[in-house]
Amino acid sequence: MGFPVLSLIIFIPLIAGLIILALPAERKQAIRVVALVASLMDLVLAFWVYFTYDVQAGGYQFVERMDWVKSLGIAYFTGVNGVSVPLVLLGAVVLTSGVMVSWKVEERPREFFAFYMFLGSSVQGVFCSLDLFMLFFFFELAVFPKYLMIAIWGYPKTRDYGSMKLTLYLFLGSVLSLVGVLAMWSAGGHTFDMLELEKAGFSRAFQTGWFLVVFGGFAILGGIFPFHSWAPDGHVAAPTAVSMMLAGVEMKVGAFAALRVAITLMPDGARFYAPLILALGTVNVVYGALIAMIQSDFKYVIGFSSVSHMGLVMIGFATLNREGLLGAGLQMFSHGIMTALFFAVVGMVYDRAHTRHIPELGGLSQKMPLAALGFIIAGLVSMGMPGFSGFVAEFPIFMGAWQVMPIVAIIAILGVIVTAGYILLVVRRVFYGNLPEQLNALVGDVSTMDKIVIVGLSAMMVLMGILPTWTRMVPLIESGIAQILVLLGGA
Amino acid sequence: MNPAPFELSMLLAILPEILLVVLAALVLLLNLGVRHRAEGVLGWLTAIGLAVIAVLSAVFARPGDTPQLIFGGMLRLDWVSFSFRLLFLLGAAITVLVSLEHARTITGEYLALLLVSTLGMSLMASSANLIMLYLAIETTSLPLYLLAGYYVENQKSVESGIKYMLYGAVTSAVMLYGFSLLFGLSGTANLAMIPFRLTQTGVSPLLVGGALFLTLVGFGFKVSAAPFHFWAPDVYEGAPTPIAGFLSTASKAAGFAVLVRVLLVTFPQLASFWTLVVAILAALSMIVGNLLALTQRNIKRLLAYSSIAQAGYILVGVAADSPLGVAGMVYYLTSYLVTNLAAFAIVWLVAQQVGSEDLDAFSGLGKRNPAIALAMLISLLSLGGIPPLSGFIGKVLVFAAAVEAGQVALAIIGVLTSVIGLYYYLTVMKILYRPAVDEAPLKPSLSWRTAMLICVVLMLALGVIVAPWYGQSLAAASALF
Repeated sequence: MGFPVLSLIIFIPLIAGLIILALPAERKQAIRVVALVASLMDLVLAFWVYFTYDVQAGGYQFVERMDWVKSLGIAYFTGVNGVSVPLVLLGAVVLTSGVMVSWKVEERPREFFAFYMFLGSSVQGVFCSLDLFMLFFFFELAVFPKYLMIAIWGYPKTRDYGSMKLTLYLFLGSVLSLVGVLAMWSAGGHTFDMLELEKAGFSRAFQTGWFLVVFGGFAILGGIFPFHSWAPDGHVAAPTAVSMMLAGVEMKVGAFAALRVAITLMPDGARFYAPLILALGTVNVVYGALIAMIQSDFKYVIGFSSVSHMGLVMIGFATLNREGLLGAGLQMFSHGIMTALFFAVVGMVYDRAHTRHIPELGGLSQKMPLAALGFIIAGLVSMGMPGFSGFVAEFPIFMGAWQVMPIVAIIAILGVIVTAGYILLVVRRVFYGNLPEQLNALVGDVSTMDKIVIVGLSAMMVLMGILPTWTRMVPLIESGIAQILVLLGGA
Repeated sequence: MNPAPFELSMLLAILPEILLVVLAALVLLLNLGVRHRAEGVLGWLTAIGLAVIAVLSAVFARPGDTPQLIFGGMLRLDWVSFSFRLLFLLGAAITVLVSLEHARTITGEYLALLLVSTLGMSLMASSANLIMLYLAIETTSLPLYLLAGYYVENQKSVESGIKYMLYGAVTSAVMLYGFSLLFGLSGTANLAMIPFRLTQTGVSPLLVGGALFLTLVGFGFKVSAAPFHFWAPDVYEGAPTPIAGFLSTASKAAGFAVLVRVLLVTFPQLASFWTLVVAILAALSMIVGNLLALTQRNIKRLLAYSSIAQAGYILVGVAADSPLGVAGMVYYLTSYLVTNLAAFAIVWLVAQQVGSEDLDAFSGLGKRNPAIALAMLISLLSLGGIPPLSGFIGKVLVFAAAVEAGQVALAIIGVLTSVIGLYYYLTVMKILYRPAVDEAPLKPSLSWRTAMLICVVLMLALGVIVAPWYGQSLAAASALF
């Protein structure tokens, strides 16, 4: 068993959150430092896992197991494979960046950083779980930090609506999946151990009956059409760090759980419903992009772009072939970093300009050149430009989709063209053109912390785009996909 | 199973009950002596006495490997009675500690009534005979009627007491009619003997079903399941808040204890009928409780409707008719007991200070006392079934039992209504952190803080360290199968 690195990754943020809650509210600097140190520790450990995971050996590594409630088949059981390793890294990266861009939070920083740490713990717990009960435990642990962070620190005009909508949608999804998971527990020999359930061999009727409940429940968090509307409303209402975490990581939590629990444990069900998921994913891509096009609120553009990009992940899943799944895995990481950067820059702009109304913005590249550059890089990733991580991720998805249903690939590629349209439009209208008079006085350059975040996140996307194999990203995910393909009975 | 002949060691089995009587008498006597000022002492004495009784009953009144019928078949010593007795003692102790916050409530009479009611509950959970059961239920109810109307100068409290008594009397009469039918049809009052006699005499299942239905009315009232819930909001609103908490938790748990015992032991042949009835009651309670809670502005009424909904979730476990279901029920009840007592305790504290039980009275609590706001947050999350709190485990257990028993529709109704439930819990939660005009710090007493600490620690412990109490719940469940 050795060094419990995954447990540390899960529990460091949690413990940091508790420490922060115990600190007196006036010691703002100490609170921030604890949050930063904890998230950096998490980041270091996540990198360590990322680089020491043995790709040749594959399978689940860093496994820890301890019985929790033996009579119910519940265990504390962690382990990561090629698909989850990058997601653990993503969680740590976004957690750290979120702390750094929230450095200046003045309203109740103690509760803010504590809840934010709990959120980080929740996502890492889901990515590392090999036990379904534990997965749920951490999955739902996120409910109250998500809600309160939006409701208290969110955008005053929409936070009541956005926070409630987001929380109820996601809770609805998760409890529906819970019923499905309990059905799997009941039919699969009273264990929550996912490795056991993989061998349970659920009947075809069971799988077609329950797949949609489990997949649908998780996919709501993944932002699948027609249950996507929580995403833009919630992301926009949330404070910057939480938007980054929600769009960057939480949506991947949903997608990851849909893949891990629904698709790999019920492959017959997945094959049965694949055309439906392909269709819904395609709607996500095109509809999300078209709606993003007509938004006049800077943050809503990014909110809908997340819906659009998560559609590509869903398409990748539903291809059920090597290329599609590989692309989906890459897209989860790439989109997570990209959207975190998007929301970070949007937050920086809003903090300074005090408006997100696009017609009131303009010429900001003169004032905050690095932020503009970061936004453009994220935009290029978003458009799937070669040389950036978006291309590495999207190209295999289209290859995979072409094999199963060419029309999906064609429509989705058209969606990407629309993406290019709204990204270029928003870049021009916000960062170029004339700098309005009142903004000239208001807006200054971004802080050093912000700069570190922009450079770090951009560098990851460029590195992954240019050197996908050298950065281990592709081999890692390939090894994870190979495992899933065995379960799917193909290749 | 025949009742064992009387032995002196049987007295040990009812040691907790004997001690409760002694404690109640002691409190009344001391009350004469230390008339004024020293009410706090009496309260602490009662709370500590309850804790001592709990420890003694855990050590001396343990059931053996096989359940035992004692005192001529009046009581059954098994893990059900053992587990529930601990629950009632815990609930009573917390209620006493919370009541101590405000001197007006704490008098010898108040404490003695509470103790007698606890005694009745304890007997309810172990009754194995219809007559004993009826007496136990009345021993529980009569002091509670008085306690609900304890503020005699307050019209709402009096109304609450009278309303509770009238509803209680009617449902109790209906239930007694059911009991008498059962006795008439079977010729025995022994719960375990009734099914055998009924099969021997070949009574029409229709008649038995009728008798079952009548008894369910009484139990439905006790657990405040829809459609027998109408009393709950009015009674909780008017009753002294700690008593409302006690009514909604310990009294409800006692109702569930007799409900499962009677259904499982006395009506195994009618299982397909009563599982359906209980499932319908569960669905109705979850839907009605959660929907009506949405519109409440008074926090006690909101908690009352929430407690109706919670009764629905607990009934889901009963409807499963399986050891897992009953274990889930016991676990859920334990979780619900500490959670709801904590919520009512906070309502009590805040309402005393602000002078209002409106939801808005809670705004600014996050500033006034962050620790209490956090405790309220934890209680609400536990009620909503969010990890790492005990409510989550309770919900998972009862839904697992429902799915296992093939009642998927019930589980789906349960999870859908729990989304509605989360809505109003979140609404209250948000108010805690809203700015308020009055942000004077809140300073609760030592006894109140002790009670709150016990509740919060138990909510977390039951939510994370599941195995020990789940094992205990499972032992209780297997005593009935």
